[in-house]
Amino acid sequence: MTATIYVPGDSGALALGAEKVARAVEREIAARGLDAKIVRNGSRGAYFLEPMVEVETAVGRIAYGPVTAKDVPSLFDAGLGSTHRLSLGNPEEIPFLAKQTRLTFARCGITDPLSLDDYKAHGGLKGLERAVAISPADIVRTVTESGLRGRGGAGFPTGIKWKTVLDAVSDRKFIVCNADEGDSGTFADRMIMEGDPFVLIEGMAIAGIATGATKGFVYIRSEYPHAVATMTAAVEIAREAGLLGVNVLGSSNAFDVEIRVGAGAYVCGEETSLLNSLEGKRGVVRAKPPLPAIQGLFGKPTVINNVISLASVPVIMDRGAVFYKDFGMGRSRGTIPIQIAGNVKHGGLFEAAFGLTLGEIVDEIGGGTATGRPVKAVQVGGPLGAYFPRSLFDTPFDYEAFAAKDGLVGHAGVVVFDDTADMLKQARFAMEFCAIESCGKCTPCRIGSTRGVETIDKISAGIEPEKQLELVADLCNTMKFGSLCALGGFTPYPVMSSINHFPEDFRPAALAVAAE
Amino acid sequence: MSTQPASTDIASRTSAVINQLRGLEGPLLPILHGIQDEFGYVPGEALPVIAEALNISNAEVHGVVTFYHDYRNHPAGRHVLKICRAEACQSMGGDAMAARLQQLLGIGFHETATDGSVTLEPIYCLGLCACAPAAMLDGEVIGRLDEEKLEEIVAEVRL
Repeated sequence: MTATIYVPGDSGALALGAEKVARAVEREIAARGLDAKIVRNGSRGAYFLEPMVEVETAVGRIAYGPVTAKDVPSLFDAGLGSTHRLSLGNPEEIPFLAKQTRLTFARCGITDPLSLDDYKAHGGLKGLERAVAISPADIVRTVTESGLRGRGGAGFPTGIKWKTVLDAVSDRKFIVCNADEGDSGTFADRMIMEGDPFVLIEGMAIAGIATGATKGFVYIRSEYPHAVATMTAAVEIAREAGLLGVNVLGSSNAFDVEIRVGAGAYVCGEETSLLNSLEGKRGVVRAKPPLPAIQGLFGKPTVINNVISLASVPVIMDRGAVFYKDFGMGRSRGTIPIQIAGNVKHGGLFEAAFGLTLGEIVDEIGGGTATGRPVKAVQVGGPLGAYFPRSLFDTPFDYEAFAAKDGLVGHAGVVVFDDTADMLKQARFAMEFCAIESCGKCTPCRIGSTRGVETIDKISAGIEPEKQLELVADLCNTMKFGSLCALGGFTPYPVMSSINHFPEDFRPAALAVAAE
Repeated sequence: MSTQPASTDIASRTSAVINQLRGLEGPLLPILHGIQDEFGYVPGEALPVIAEALNISNAEVHGVVTFYHDYRNHPAGRHVLKICRAEACQSMGGDAMAARLQQLLGIGFHETATDGSVTLEPIYCLGLCACAPAAMLDGEVIGRLDEEKLEEIVAEVRL
């Protein structure tokens, strides 16, 4: 029997040397004349253990990690058994992975991303099979009843969006997948596109059948070349297998997918800006209404959903709305792939039902900081998310609970900072980033962000700091309520949370010394 | 050491790229990517050719090209090094890494070394936030940057 050795091809693993490891494994297989093959799987998401090599054995898989190329010969010397010092045993029993509830990421890191046989053997396509057997209205009802909300950050109920498009009358409709995952601290979209691309394609096909759309676009940011390559290959395979095309799974439904690549504009993660970019225009935000569901891509009714929203649909269709809805808390139903990042010991992707507290995520699952210093602040939800101090660590991961603390869940990225972080610098960066990435359409964002940087610079220079702080608060208020989209509208979250929770960092050192 | 092609050459190569992609819906971004792949940048001479082919104004093409950070209006160095400047990388000392890299290479952001070896660009998130600080060299990803890795990168681009 041919032995199978898994070496992730996920870009996180590649960034840590997985390619060299794969080549070393190849060399050992050849040199020892072994009957073995290498599968480039996705990542299971435990990045502190990457590159994590797995070997299929008679008693199941054995994982090793983190493996460097020079460790590889010794793995083979030890007979690829569980006695090697890097052995992690059964990967399913690694605490970081065992504690998760993997619904959307059920296959990610386990299967060969581009093997449709693997996909089917691990429960793939069951959702789509059910979707082609029932009416579009029933699909939409299932998604609505599951309680799924947009995972891109806005948290809008996915089923309601789909219903609007289903009810819209038009000669053409579109499904657009927002894969412009620009938020720092997030990588769930990237991981699923690299590690289980068919689940996204399946979700898009279900969305197409549910709403009467026949064409889908995946808009992937250019910073993700590996995801672009995997998705492009997967679409080809799906077409050849009849999963996409004029008769999806042999049904009378037509649906096809095209991969598009962004061009380095963060604002294109905003849905209307993304639509303009797809149309070949400047990625300028559109005023709403009209909603994209009524007049979206090329003026046609369009479902625009985040990668994770769409990739969560197959499991909902397969297992049913009630199964999915049973996970979670309050109005946040199902699971959320939390991305634990930055200065953290156990960084990676942790899919769990809504409801874990921020403290559980950072201290228990994340294991505290990588540097070993105390945690000072945690930014949740990307560059537009608030910085939370330890005193808010009892906040449960839930859309409403975060909103109640003047924060946001966003795309569920959690970036940890130790006590060396300077929150004035972080607040300034939030304004600076907004200035760099503003599309320029509305004044509060375009001008406000630049004035914000200048005003914060005056604080650090000690020029009438109290007055400047008032000015920043006023400016943030204008940006929050006067901007067209979340870029200008949410930049106040990181700025004001820094000021409110860490006021000591906004007293310039010179003044503090002078006052003593 | 000018590597810029003659303008007639630009027009014909631009047309070839356009002809491959003009059948797409909303073809402008794919065409611009194709042109940047072809030339290493988007030459000014290509813009009127695109405008003519897509029946849009020069101003519209110019507006689109200049909106997006990815498109360059002049050739880059032989290597393109992008270093992440976003929050997750900041939390792991990314700012110091970026400063050190600029010092080692002797150039700032958006600059190309005088020997044409490397162009340094800031990037805002590579999705490697659990492996911070991160960089990308000619499309290859590098995580957990440290002094040793920086020196390896610098040695590689100077070859």
